[in-house]
Order: sequence, then structure tokens, then C-alpha cells
Amino acid sequence: MLTIATGNKAVAAAVKAAKPGVIAAYPITPQTEIVEQIAEYVTAGALASEYIPVESEHSAMAACIGASAAGVRTFTATSSHGLLYMHEMVHWAAGARLPIVMANVNRALGPGWNVWAEHTDAFSQRDTGWLQVFVSTVQEAYDATLMAFRIAEHENVLLPVMVNLDGFTLSHITQSLEAFDPGDFIPPVRIPHAIDVENPCVYGPLTGPADYFRFRWDIERSMRDSVGVIADVEREFAERFGRSYGPTEDYRCEDAEVVVVAMGTLGKEAEVAVDLLRQEGVAAGSMRLRWFRPFPKLDLAGRDVVVIDRDYSFGFGGVVAHSIRSTTGAEPYSVIAGLGGQEVTHEDIAGFVKTRQSGKEFWFGVNDRV
Amino acid sequence: MYEIRIHSRGGQGGVTAARLLALAAFRDGKHATACPFYGAERRGAPVVSFVRIDDQPIRVYSQIQKPDLVIVLDTSIMDVVDVFQGLREDGAVLLNSSHDLDGSDLTAYHVDLTGIALALDLVVAGSPILNTPVLGALAKLGIVSLPSVKEAISETFADERNVQAAEKAYQEMTV
Repeated sequence: MLTIATGNKAVAAAVKAAKPGVIAAYPITPQTEIVEQIAEYVTAGALASEYIPVESEHSAMAACIGASAAGVRTFTATSSHGLLYMHEMVHWAAGARLPIVMANVNRALGPGWNVWAEHTDAFSQRDTGWLQVFVSTVQEAYDATLMAFRIAEHENVLLPVMVNLDGFTLSHITQSLEAFDPGDFIPPVRIPHAIDVENPCVYGPLTGPADYFRFRWDIERSMRDSVGVIADVEREFAERFGRSYGPTEDYRCEDAEVVVVAMGTLGKEAEVAVDLLRQEGVAAGSMRLRWFRPFPKLDLAGRDVVVIDRDYSFGFGGVVAHSIRSTTGAEPYSVIAGLGGQEVTHEDIAGFVKTRQSGKEFWFGVNDRV
Repeated sequence: MYEIRIHSRGGQGGVTAARLLALAAFRDGKHATACPFYGAERRGAPVVSFVRIDDQPIRVYSQIQKPDLVIVLDTSIMDVVDVFQGLREDGAVLLNSSHDLDGSDLTAYHVDLTGIALALDLVVAGSPILNTPVLGALAKLGIVSLPSVKEAISETFADERNVQAAEKAYQEMTV
């Protein structure tokens, strides 16, 4: 059905289409609308899931872990401090190889108390073993949430997937949405190591160094395998439903001398900046980075690179800029912008490109070039 | 791209007006985004929402700096907020008021949305509903079509007085 919806409502609609058996969540701004909408679906009988309104995010993830270990498709949603509060269980979900899908509505971390968009919350879970994808439109929020179940539950992956959408900038914006029945694109879930009462075994026992080490390698092996699985699922999605996605969304990059790399809604705003720059004779392009884990190999050879980080690793630098530096050898102009929902326009982004200095870091609005 | 900024007070329905307008534009076959700016809202505080309408998919997420149209659902806000900030030279203002904008060269339209809501007893929690009649005024300005406005309102609200309010605003406003 073609309608209009917010980013939050799109996520809820995709969850309804994927029919998880168990949904456990705790509301937090700006994610609240997702869990409200799901609760309404369940109450109205439109979604036959067990909805558990838990008392905390830690419990939300713990409930998903228990249900997933029992072989059930599971979903939760959170944001910011909620994500941090469940951190211990976020590690556990990946270590236990449970294909839980979680929407994270990206929001800054306090203090100062701030409810607006930033990516530091998701990046703080970088090393947990979760796959992470970042979306930029209401439709993409729907499509990526659907695909997340397929990717997470694939027998060569069996790792949880986090779908990230910018707080307010996408979670609360209204755009067109085509919600559809995915049919057998989302087959019944099958978790091979699910609890089987006919074949009792121990889950999560004390594990010695040798076995632990092999388990860790197995996570990384699946993370590497997920690259191909993601590509296959995204290709099948394009063939069946007509919208293509990849590790990045490239815009006017073919002949670009300078490429802007950004994530989420800023990645879309960057496309408008590219059009502005092209009108002024600057051969610019943009790459919107969609997958953060597994981190894709970007082809940036021979071009200037401007990276916009809506995050920061204190004492180190912009997380995306450093990731691109270490994976491509590029020396990006690292722009730190949009923290705590700071307004960043396409004119601002065009300005970053025109004043770029490779290898330097620039905090937008602070007037310091470091 | 046509860009609209809506000024209202928390509880007056500015956010819903933006969403309804985007839905009506979408029913017209256009691309549209509606985006409220969320701050520390509470009932009665000045709030702003944005709507963009275009024939192409809209990739801009930043706030509207140079609106084509400014809608003021509560003119008392004009004492505390510069509602004309950034308004394009060829832009226009739509006021919820029984009289025109005094002493200004701006292209201004006015319609008494509050009066229309009260006449239909369209009142929730003591506040007259402004977000459905304003859609009729926007149809009169040609930003969206009247059939799409009625469709958008009917899809969203069961109470038929909301559609009547939009029709009344369409009839009453002079352009």
C-alpha cells in the first residue's frame, strides 16, 4: 500500500510484515513511536506477536535473547541511553549467535541532555559483533528493516543486525512509503542452535581460552561471510521489489575529483550539495555509507575525500574518517558536524568541500581548524 | 520545490497540519515531506513545522531557511517570533485572522480558521481545531487540490466536520 509515514512508523510497518514471534522493548525518545505503533498492531490483532513491555532496555535485549535462543524471530528498538543501558546484553546477543533485529534511532548522549540526531550511540556498540546499517529515507527504513531479518537469520551469518535511523530528522519526518507483503522473501525463521527440549544441552557455560578463541574467530568469519549474504539479499530485494541498495549509495561519483562521505540523512543532504557544487563547476560526488559493520571497501583512489562524522571518538577523531583512512589509505578532510542535532545544510556541506584541506580536522561551527 | 513553514503553539495542531498537507500533496501525485522541529515542547509554546512539496524526490532534510509560504495559526506568536524571517521576496503569508496584515508590502492572505472551527463546534480539550480548516485555505491558494485535501482529512479523521471546516475555509478565503 502506498501512503505516507514517518521513519518510525515505517520501521513498525516492516516489523509487522516480518512477523516476529517476540517483541520486547522499552520506550525512549525519539524511538517511542515505533513501540507504540507495534503495541497497537498487537492489540488490534494485526500482528500475532508476543509483545513484552519490559522495565528496561537491558531486559528488552535479555528477553529477545531468551526468545531467540528458543528459535523465535525477535525484534526490539531503542535509542541513545537505552542502547547504552542494554550494552552488556548487546554483546551477549552477538556472542550467542542470535539473529535479533534492533532498530536504533540515533540520538546524542548526555550530558548535556539532548534528544537529537548523532551516531555516537551506535558507534559505541561497534565492537559487539552486530551488523549495522544506516538508512536515509522512510522507504529505506522499511526496506532495510525487512532485509535485516533475512540477513541476520541467514545460516552463514546468524548475527544480530542493528538498523540505524537519525533521530527526528528521519524518525519523525513524513515521506511516502510503499509497505508491501514480502511473501516468501521472509521465510519462516530457522535457528539451527535453538533450544531443543528433546536434545538438552548447556548454553553459555564457562568456556576455556582455546574454545573461546575459536568462537570469536567464528563470529569474525560470519561477519566476513555476511558481505556476500548482504549483497545477495539486496540483489534479490531489487529483483523482486524494484529498489536497489548496496554498501554505499554513490551519487555522481564516476568523474568526481572530490567525494563527500556521510551517513544517514546527511548523506542525502550531501547529494544536494553535490548538485550545487556541480553547478559551480566543482566535480563533486557523494558516497552515502550505508553499512558500517561489516565496513565496506570504498574505491576512493585518486580523489580528494571529505568525510562528515556525526560522531566523535575523544582523543582520537571522527570514527568514519579514521575508518576510511585505515581501509583506503585516503587522507580525508575530516569534518565533525551535526552532533546533538546541529543543523547542517547542503550549502554548509558545499562549503566543506570548497574549503577542504586533506588530512585536517574541522569542527563545524566551532571556528577552530585543528 | 515549494517550501512552507507553519508557526503555531503547542497543542494547536501545526504538526498535524504539516502532515495532512504532505498527505494531500502526495495524493496529488507530488513528492512531499513534513518535518516538525522538536524542541522542549509543551502546550502553548511557539512551535514550527516544515513542509516541502516537489515533483522530484526530496533529499533535503535541513530546516527551511527561505520559505515560499509562511502560515501563522496563532497571530499572537508574531509578538515573540519573527515569522517573516527568510521569507522569499515573491513569498506569501497566510494568517489565521479575520483581518489582513496591516502596514506591510508582503503578499498576505487571511481567513478566520478559529471562527470556522468554533462555528462547527470543532473543539478538542478547549482548543479550536485549526489543522483541518487550514488545508482548505491551502487548496484555495492552489498548493494542493481540494479533492486531495478532503481525501487526506477523511483518511486521518472520522469526524466529517473536519472536511466541512476545510470546505468552509476554501469558500471564505479571498485570493
